[in-house]
Amino acid sequence: MKLEVKNLEKKFKNFTAVKNINFHIDSGQTLGVLGPNGCGKTTTIGMLLGLIKPSNGKILIDDENFENLNREKILSQFNFASPYVELPKKLTVKENLEIYGRLYGVKDLTRRIKEVSNDLNLSIFLNKKTGELSSGQKNRVSLAKSLINNPKILFLDEPTASLDPDIGDFVRNYIEDYKSKNKVSILLASHNMKEVERLCDQVIMMKEGEIVDRGTCQSLIDKHGRNNLEDTFLKLARNKNELE
Amino acid sequence: MNWNKVYGLSLRHFYLIKSSFPRILDLIYWPSIQIFLWGFISKFFTLSSSYYNNTVGVILSAAILYDFLFRSSISYNMMFLEEIWSRNFTNLFISPIKIKEIIAALTLTAIVRTLIGMVPAALLAIPLFGVSIFKIGLPLISLLLSLYIFGITLGLLVTSGLIRFGPSFENIAWASLFFLAPLGCIYYPIEILPEWLQLIAKILPLVHIFEEMRNILINDIISYTQIFLAITISIFYFMLGVAVFYISYAGAKIRGTLINVGE
Repeated sequence: MKLEVKNLEKKFKNFTAVKNINFHIDSGQTLGVLGPNGCGKTTTIGMLLGLIKPSNGKILIDDENFENLNREKILSQFNFASPYVELPKKLTVKENLEIYGRLYGVKDLTRRIKEVSNDLNLSIFLNKKTGELSSGQKNRVSLAKSLINNPKILFLDEPTASLDPDIGDFVRNYIEDYKSKNKVSILLASHNMKEVERLCDQVIMMKEGEIVDRGTCQSLIDKHGRNNLEDTFLKLARNKNELE
Repeated sequence: MNWNKVYGLSLRHFYLIKSSFPRILDLIYWPSIQIFLWGFISKFFTLSSSYYNNTVGVILSAAILYDFLFRSSISYNMMFLEEIWSRNFTNLFISPIKIKEIIAALTLTAIVRTLIGMVPAALLAIPLFGVSIFKIGLPLISLLLSLYIFGITLGLLVTSGLIRFGPSFENIAWASLFFLAPLGCIYYPIEILPEWLQLIAKILPLVHIFEEMRNILINDIISYTQIFLAITISIFYFMLGVAVFYISYAGAKIRGTLINVGE
């Protein structure tokens, strides 16, 4: 599934959170969205998920305008995971997966829950309350929820934030493996530059609601004469004028 | 309407109730306390008031019916607030569920929560005070239906406010019913109100419900017109509540408040 954004803009009263941005994610590709806090990443993801109505511009799914498509049909092919959005803590992992499986209209749900929990090493926690899990375990449950419907487009907002290096590596490996086996398009917002270098085919850098640069990780590093993506990010985040 | 999704969302609340004994106890506790409190007040009035002296349990029956309204509305609000408190709001609203399916799930689940609290309380009143709301007979079903629809409507209006203004609207959720209670003429006839307030009270279903309850219990007369009026007014407000919910949802998408709710 291909996602394309054309002249997307969001204004809140006197403040423009996202300014006329354009990008696309081809089927099976991963796009990294980088930028300092408050640069418009969350607003952009919110618009793509249908939570925020854009002020201007278009979101195209396989060349069709999102607004003209059946909202439920499109959303059943999307999913989202973020450590800042949680699942009901008093419910067990299995109950949460069952509920979201039903909401996403997953067929053969019992098999899918078993599959996704095996893949993410969650089987032993299935009957444990989600609130009793460690942050690493909760993070994997959130990822399991985001994969319950085998999404065609996956939105990941800092999927490894606050995870120890071992679990962070497990999650990255899993995403890499999942991507290689399924033709899923991924939009990844992250502050972890190593993660972005490893997972993303293309990157856009945002600042103050605008896309200030884009390309592959290596092309951006080369273009800005830095040694790694982190230094490139710092240069772009701190000095926009250098780009102009 | 996809009933599998409605069932899925309802399950979220059934699992929550099932998983916690204190939660079930909480649902039963407050209605039972109300019965005790109003049972004794009712007993005092039946002994001391000329208006109530021939009819045991009118006040207690009114208290039970009012609590039914209160619990339906609060149950609806609570379920919505649970999504905010658990920071699950975004997950719910990005899932492919229609707004009407969310409303249907909350409406169906609210009745279960309400009955868990109200059935034991209503049964408790029989041996303790010799008062049974079942004495109202078949019209009781219509009165409860009307109260339920209106309770859900108040819940819808409060949840619309939560979507529009965020969790800061929570206090209004608790206060909403107390605001309407004086106009509902729950424990007294409508004639007690000043004439101008009577006009306002009559456009609410509560007056018609409680007047009819007293009519049945005191005069032993059933007015089907009054019952029909109560249900019709409740349905009208319910449709209004649904419209307000849709408008709030559309407004929240423009203001971007859906993504921050619960944070």
